[in-house]
Amino acid sequence: MSAIAVDNVSKHWTTREGRVHAVDGLSFALEPGTLNVLLGPSGCGKSTTLRLIAGLEQADGGRIHIAGRDVTDLPPAQRNIAMVFQSYALFPHLSVAENIVFGLRVRRVSAADTATRLKRVAELLGLAQLLDRKPGQLSGGQQQRVALGRAIIAEAPVCLMDEPLSNLDAQLRQDMRAEIRSLQRALGITMVYVTHDQVEAMSMADRVILLNAGRIEQNATPVELYETPANTFVARFIGTPPMNLLPLAEGADGAVIDGSSGPAVAPIDCAGLTLGLRPEHITLLHGEGVPAMVAAVEYLGADSLVTCRLGNATLAARVGGSVGLAAGDTAWLSWAGSAQHLFESDGTRRADAERNEAATMFA
Amino acid sequence: MTRQMQWLYGWLLVLPAAALLALFTHYPAIATAWHSFHSTPKGARPAVFVGGDNYRLLVDDPIFWQSLTNNLWYALGTIPASIGLALLMATWVNGRLPGRGFLRLAFFTPTILPMIAVANIWLFFYTPEYGLLEQITKGLGFASHNWLGSKGSALGALMVVAVWKEAGFFMIFYLAALQSMSPNLAEAAAIEGASRWYFFRRVTFPLLMPTTLFVLVNAVINAFRMVDHVVVMTRGGPDNATELLLYYIYEIGFRFWDTAYAAVLTMVLLAILGTVALAQFWFIGRRVHYQ
Repeated sequence: MSAIAVDNVSKHWTTREGRVHAVDGLSFALEPGTLNVLLGPSGCGKSTTLRLIAGLEQADGGRIHIAGRDVTDLPPAQRNIAMVFQSYALFPHLSVAENIVFGLRVRRVSAADTATRLKRVAELLGLAQLLDRKPGQLSGGQQQRVALGRAIIAEAPVCLMDEPLSNLDAQLRQDMRAEIRSLQRALGITMVYVTHDQVEAMSMADRVILLNAGRIEQNATPVELYETPANTFVARFIGTPPMNLLPLAEGADGAVIDGSSGPAVAPIDCAGLTLGLRPEHITLLHGEGVPAMVAAVEYLGADSLVTCRLGNATLAARVGGSVGLAAGDTAWLSWAGSAQHLFESDGTRRADAERNEAATMFA
Repeated sequence: MTRQMQWLYGWLLVLPAAALLALFTHYPAIATAWHSFHSTPKGARPAVFVGGDNYRLLVDDPIFWQSLTNNLWYALGTIPASIGLALLMATWVNGRLPGRGFLRLAFFTPTILPMIAVANIWLFFYTPEYGLLEQITKGLGFASHNWLGSKGSALGALMVVAVWKEAGFFMIFYLAALQSMSPNLAEAAAIEGASRWYFFRRVTFPLLMPTTLFVLVNAVINAFRMVDHVVVMTRGGPDNATELLLYYIYEIGFRFWDTAYAAVLTMVLLAILGTVALAQFWFIGRRVHYQ
């Protein structure tokens, strides 16, 4: 039985411009005890999906099940969930301790039980010294922990997180990522985590649901998302810098990158498709592969980003260390056949069997 | 800019406000204190220093005590009622409901209307025999009652007008405070299963405390300086039943021209208001959470 099952759920808003579909016939199922990330650009419907699961918004259509129970028409309190808000939503006039046990007080949990659970949560999150402080006297990271504490003390099997780290600085965000992940594993919670940051998604998730315009682009593990993107949107969204997408045209002895004179990079029947290449999979070897003109070189320390013009396309290559190239030079680009991705003209991925066959043509 | 120039600049910028404050607030207050220790000048007789004589007069003045008691009842009857009503109306029009802009305007209207006009309208409501209230009560078969003309109901009738007028004004402050509260707080509480009343009691009301303190100070000051309604509706009668402190000062000072005694009464009013404001800021201020 899945921990959360979302079945054909829709939500639209009526604005002056007409109906806007925030969530458009969404379906997915999440396994118990996993961390699932809802990822996507702003306005893709990820937060709305989370709020629909929480019951803070009512779905216009479809059903939502939590632990096998249909909760579509139940208020948030009866869904047996906890939630962490982007703003933390701490009560500013209550102490850290009172904030954490707020829900227990509502449910009239006995004083002894409350005290034991508070002690355990405070130790788990390193808040034991701060229990008497007000939220205003805490740093951003500490406030984040209090919000986490309030979510986990309820011992709800499902925890929803709405961009919980977006208000923290980079270093703290990295620490909290690891901390939230280990907490989720230790407590065996099913977590739904909303973010627009692909690094958070890739590093934390068991499963990533990538949304765009209220629909699922791909629902897969981070590895699958990176290695076999389902379409050009996913290919461009995951990875920094994004995957190069190069249109293929008919050449002398096979499909060439559009506007270039060769050599061929795929069989002739691939002409009209789009070739996807990740910048980090391109290597520069003099005299080998495809020649391209260097447009710019950015030195980043550990590696360099080389922007090249190739036919009608511009592409980026990420290579280790510094490269002895300057704008105007010729760079020789090569890559392994397995690094090639092929996309149909409508943007969807070409079946892998054909792709692998195509890949053998080059390299 | 040199340090001296800065100093001069600062004072020049403060000057207009400081001058007005000194002229219309500080000087009158000090002058009042000065006059309260002197006799009232009459014709050729200039004012002479009389020490505490005027204050001894005050202690033996039954009308002063009556107006002070009236004022206390008036404050007690109007302040909690108008604040409670303001809070209720603000929470109501803060929610999502059709025509809430119209409701907000309706609640705020009494504040916009001139006090004298308002008092005249209410005077008509209370008029015996053909007033609005009478027409309704008579229609329901009750006996006729002169609301402003009987000792028992005159002060109460004035209090109703004050509550009606003040509540809409205070509502605006509560509404502003409610609007600035993050809706995430209510959502977080809803997920924990808190009822609306529990959330109001544990979160909304405590977070509104700074507003409540501000409104309370204003309400107390308004209760003690109310004079317009008395002038229009009752003139302190019947039998001093609606004699309030400020109206009594007005009568002594400008109808009987006993300026020295009026100065004493003013000192009492100032002392009351000053003490109340200080007490509120010191005692309640400690229990208020400022964000």
